[in-house]
Amino acid sequence: MSAPDLRRLPGLILDGEEPVFDEPWQAQAFAMVVSLHDRKVFTWAEWAEALSQQLANAVSDDARQYYHHWLAALENLMAEKGVVTPQAIETRERQWHEAAARTPHGEPIELGK
Amino acid sequence: MSEHHSHGHEHQHDHDHSHLSEMDARVRALESLLSEKGYIDPIALDLIVETYETRIGPQNGAHVVAKAWSDPDYFDWLIQDATAAIHSLGYASRQGEHMVAVANSSDVHHMVVCTLCSCYPWSVLGLPPTWYKSPPYRAKAVIDPRGVLEDFGIKLPKSRAVEVHDSTAETRYLVIPQRPGGTDGWDEKQLAKLVTRNSMIGTGFALDAKDVA
Repeated sequence: MSAPDLRRLPGLILDGEEPVFDEPWQAQAFAMVVSLHDRKVFTWAEWAEALSQQLANAVSDDARQYYHHWLAALENLMAEKGVVTPQAIETRERQWHEAAARTPHGEPIELGK
Repeated sequence: MSEHHSHGHEHQHDHDHSHLSEMDARVRALESLLSEKGYIDPIALDLIVETYETRIGPQNGAHVVAKAWSDPDYFDWLIQDATAAIHSLGYASRQGEHMVAVANSSDVHHMVVCTLCSCYPWSVLGLPPTWYKSPPYRAKAVIDPRGVLEDFGIKLPKSRAVEVHDSTAETRYLVIPQRPGGTDGWDEKQLAKLVTRNSMIGTGFALDAKDVA
């Protein structure tokens, strides 16, 4: 894995060389970007640009919302590249909630077929 | 997008069923779609997370354990009221779940199982490792805990009892591993380096003093 230059990203909170997460989903969203870049789905410059735009349009610059913007930027970039549509994401999000609701506690939450 | 899940009001988890936060579900939605289309591999994501994650990592739990090893009063508090004792060090989950600390000894070895919903005490242990989330681990841990420990390279004396704890949405467990020998006089910072994530789940021991010297 080629390590992308995290310092090129606007607003990213780093502890030394490492990003800081408040909740697991943030780390997962972070990893998706690193992985997609690794597979050359987009360049790091493209990602930095997408993230900058999202942050520039943000209503608040509350640092706690950083990964909300991160994920939104990723969703937009994936839509722009024709990879995943916003509608597909919404539908799938609902399916995950439904899957959680029917999963007995303590079992892995899996999407139904 | 409509997010900004409010944590101001703590709703009770459903006792029988799992729950995903809005952002958790949204991330899963994108991840599962990208995975199905072959753009990402969940295993690769786990590796990236392991490489990068730091702040909510297991060092929080290691701090708790190191303090318990060096301060008997704190140890007692941790055993009696882990939620408050852990909180006092600044580690609190927004989900507000109840923490229970269980201490390993030469008589008993504790290990913890749960699965990937929201039942992992990530405020102290960081993110769940891949194996922890796998159905085989959970199933085998309940039926054959010694076998699971051997898979992790841990062989316990027959005389030592094994207790398996199943996390729930309300109660999560932190295992306090045994303090390794040869660490007399070590301060908390040095001790914390010995405390691995697996040792706090009970699928490992703390490192030997010579491993970090």
